[in-house]
Amino acid sequence: MIEIKNLHKSYQMGSNALHVLKGIDFSVKEGELVAIMGSSGSGKSTLLNILGMLDVADEGEYLLDGMPIKNLNETKAANYRNKFLGFIFQSFNLINYKTALENVALPLYYQRINRKKRQEKALKYLEQVGLKEWSHHLPSELSGGQKQRVAIARAMVTEPKVLLADELTGALDSTTSYEVMGLIQKINDKGNTILVVTHEDDIAHMCKRIVHLRDGVIVKDEKVKQVRAAEYVQ
Amino acid sequence: MGRLSVFSYTRFLSSVITNPMFDIERWQEIFDTIRKNKLRTFLTGLSVASGIFILVILLGFGQGMQNGVAQEFEEDAITSINVWAGRTSKEYKGMNPGRRIQLRNENFESTNHIFREDIEFKSARTYIGGMTINYGKESLAYDLQGVSPDFQFIENAKIIEGRFINENDEANTTKVAVIGNKIKQDVFSSLDTPIGELIEVSGIPFHIVGVYSETEDREEERIYIPLNTAQKVFNGADRLGNISYTLPPAANFKAAVAEATQFKEQLRTHLQQLHTIAPDDTSALNVFSMMEVAQRYFSLIDNIKFFFWFVGICTVIAGIVGVSNIMLIVVKERTREIGIRKAIGAKPWAIVGLILQESIFVTAISGFAGFIFSMGLLEIFGPYIEVDYIVNPSVNFNVALSTVILLIIAGTLAGFFPAWRAANIHTIKALKDE
Repeated sequence: MIEIKNLHKSYQMGSNALHVLKGIDFSVKEGELVAIMGSSGSGKSTLLNILGMLDVADEGEYLLDGMPIKNLNETKAANYRNKFLGFIFQSFNLINYKTALENVALPLYYQRINRKKRQEKALKYLEQVGLKEWSHHLPSELSGGQKQRVAIARAMVTEPKVLLADELTGALDSTTSYEVMGLIQKINDKGNTILVVTHEDDIAHMCKRIVHLRDGVIVKDEKVKQVRAAEYVQ
Repeated sequence: MGRLSVFSYTRFLSSVITNPMFDIERWQEIFDTIRKNKLRTFLTGLSVASGIFILVILLGFGQGMQNGVAQEFEEDAITSINVWAGRTSKEYKGMNPGRRIQLRNENFESTNHIFREDIEFKSARTYIGGMTINYGKESLAYDLQGVSPDFQFIENAKIIEGRFINENDEANTTKVAVIGNKIKQDVFSSLDTPIGELIEVSGIPFHIVGVYSETEDREEERIYIPLNTAQKVFNGADRLGNISYTLPPAANFKAAVAEATQFKEQLRTHLQQLHTIAPDDTSALNVFSMMEVAQRYFSLIDNIKFFFWFVGICTVIAGIVGVSNIMLIVVKERTREIGIRKAIGAKPWAIVGLILQESIFVTAISGFAGFIFSMGLLEIFGPYIEVDYIVNPSVNFNVALSTVILLIIAGTLAGFFPAWRAANIHTIKALKDE
């Protein structure tokens, strides 16, 4: 699903160049649930941004589902993000004056899908994350866990090829984190490809594979025995 | 032909439907933001509306002043040229300064002859003072003037009853009088008509044959009798008080002014030669062209109007800058939201459209509000304004409307830069914005 070869990225910081990614080779197959681990500054967020087409690599190849991702302008990148990727953020990033349903439906608006279809589909995905009854509530009326589940529904609603989650449990307490990871595992069980960036060991072990990043290189790439989040949740 | 038009019509319709302006979702988003920021939107709108309001009112008063001045000049024919005689102030060809110049019938006749190609109406006038005027036992204190038949057109007097002095009166030295409407109201109010009544001037009876009206009361307090009669009956000999002409209408105002000025100079030169007056002696003959005065007034009004435009446009620009400013704040406040939208697939132009449409909407609504309010005010109260030199302030609807449309275009530009900035915010940075 994802093929990365010899990826380099550096940032200009004043007169110094900060070499963040120093030749990453990495691939993800369809249906995998991969954790990218590393301490802060290891380059894991940069990697995720490049995978998410929010940033562009200086060097290297990136294939998404066999399609080379290169020479992106803003419009093209927006189009690919909308069609192929779903984002889940640490801080949820819901639009605060829109209801849960409207937030979930928003990516479909940018696909020019008509209003009725958008709402139907958004409601279906809200139901999958267990928030059908909350569809008309504003984000401010939802708990952290609920907000993240709305965000997950929004990421899923376009049926993307890959879900990218950036510290998705970073703002949640551990119980809620496990609930959310349980949801991620359920989505993965249905065959969706998911990449999770985290620095929490227990969260990483709920994935099927852990890629360790340190100072811009992959130091370890291992398959792990998945810990089911349901074991933690009573 | 028919098929083509149906085809282009359906194409037009489909383009309208897919046009983001008709996108209900986007309108809802715009109303959402407006609802969330009522006060801010209201204040922005107010600055635009008051800009348009001030512009329209100023333009209205500019027009009102023009109307007012135009009305002032309607009292006398605008192409009229008047000559009065005075005393010489310069020695010339052996003649001493201080010599009194008297206009005479022969001057009038010779100028009439020389300038017969140029003039439209001509009239000489003699002022008769010191006469007692009686109507029955009532003594009247009004100006008495002997005038030519054409005088009616030079003064722009309207005959409301009977007739004015005519050629026949001139030829036969008839004893007839034409009175102003004010005199009719003051003296003859108990009668159906003053026509046929007799007034006595120094004991000599005159038949009233007509009543005239003018725009100003002051000019309706005169009794006109035939010039010939005045000179003969009241021992005026061939002396004239003043000579007046009007010129035929010219193609445009500029040409009229030029013709009037040229005629004035020629007339002055001719009369100066007749009376042996130095060419640069300004006090011996006073030749007065209404056109030149009118031109001065109208150019003053043009300047005032220009100034009003300038002030009005500046006010509108202040409003526009306000819109631009507010939209920049809107963009700043919504940076994170814009980041979210971009992350989930909004294209740059979708962001531009969203911000721009809000800006256009606010500008358009408030612009039209200011427009309707100010136009309404002018329409309702304009006709009741009674101030010297201001008559019926009003604005050309098309001019005002195109100003509003221009304002909306300006509002679009005002919104564009903030919108462009919004669309170019880096998504990652925008998402980190607090």
